[in-house]
Amino acid sequence: MSTLKTIASLVYLVSAFCYVIGVHLMRSPKTAKKGNRLSFVGMILAVIMILLELLTAGKVQTVAWIALIAGLAIGIFYGFTRAKKVPMTDVPQLVSLFNAVGGGAAAVIGIFDYVTVSGNLQLMLSIPVVLDVIIGGITFSGSLIATGKLSGKVSGKPITFPAAKLANIVVVIATIAAAFFMITEPENGWFLLLALAASLIFGLLMTLPIGGADMPVVVSLLNAFTGLAVAFAGFVIDNQVLIIAGALVGAAGTILTLQMADAMNRSVANILAGGFGTGDSQSSA
Amino acid sequence: MSQELYANLAIFVLSLLVGFEVMSKIPSTLQTPMMSGANAIHGVVVVGAFAIAAEANNWFLYVLVFFAALFAAINVAGGYTVTDRMLGMFDRKPGDKKEADK
Repeated sequence: MSTLKTIASLVYLVSAFCYVIGVHLMRSPKTAKKGNRLSFVGMILAVIMILLELLTAGKVQTVAWIALIAGLAIGIFYGFTRAKKVPMTDVPQLVSLFNAVGGGAAAVIGIFDYVTVSGNLQLMLSIPVVLDVIIGGITFSGSLIATGKLSGKVSGKPITFPAAKLANIVVVIATIAAAFFMITEPENGWFLLLALAASLIFGLLMTLPIGGADMPVVVSLLNAFTGLAVAFAGFVIDNQVLIIAGALVGAAGTILTLQMADAMNRSVANILAGGFGTGDSQSSA
Repeated sequence: MSQELYANLAIFVLSLLVGFEVMSKIPSTLQTPMMSGANAIHGVVVVGAFAIAAEANNWFLYVLVFFAALFAAINVAGGYTVTDRMLGMFDRKPGDKKEADK
């Protein structure tokens, strides 16, 4: 390990420490704000470190810098102003929107890696890439629909259609098949597109039939999914802070989802069953 | 399996366990802020956006870098800001938790 690499690894470890303690502090109203700020400090540390790594490596193309900085600037401005202005009652759909873009970012990183190393990916690494793209795709479209339902842009009623069950089965098979062929025939780019399309449709079909009242639980579940997608993105670029933070959110988000469903006297399976056309369809439009 | 991959896998599994353990029963008023806070944490994917920028060398890849950076930045900036605002509600009336409950 070079000196910089060693320092970077240690800084990422401190960053991961901040996230874990941050989540820990957020369990009580008294310390929650401190916890969130601690986790923000961890985030800043990780960003400064990766920036230093890029600057010292010095192999980033000028256009890549421009793309990166433009994306960051627009993203920070948009995210910050939306979060500052949103009325408190509209917070859940905004969180869902932020979750959607997080999943989208993870999926984009998976796509990038798949495209750049196409054909040269060793088997054990192609699995996380495929999972990253598919889970990221599902959370991206699923969370966008959840945002729409919570804000009333998409009908809050469960949306079902006659062949929904069949469509679900087809999409699940297409997703699995695409994942399989992405791993076995990595030089064929069409399977990447198929996986992407199938996972996006999967997200739609999963969220559309769920009623607006159950949406917060679904948002929390998709949040946990995004955590996993980010963890797999960490495998892809071999960065431990992504793996730790992603797995942390994936696990903590799952527990949180169970607790939220519990508070509503529903089970997660029961809520999602609506999502696969077997549950609360009596109120369908 | 390579040494690095095994190390990453071990980190992944242990982090999952930490995530399960750190999340004990929390009051229902904190569920939404917690969801939002966890949402902000997975904004760490922004580190990934930086990392892929180092490998980008054609227009298609530059576009991917842009979108990864854009999406991740929205996640981080928005996530932390909105969580902080939500938690600020607890500061305003300390000790008056019953009102905040519903």
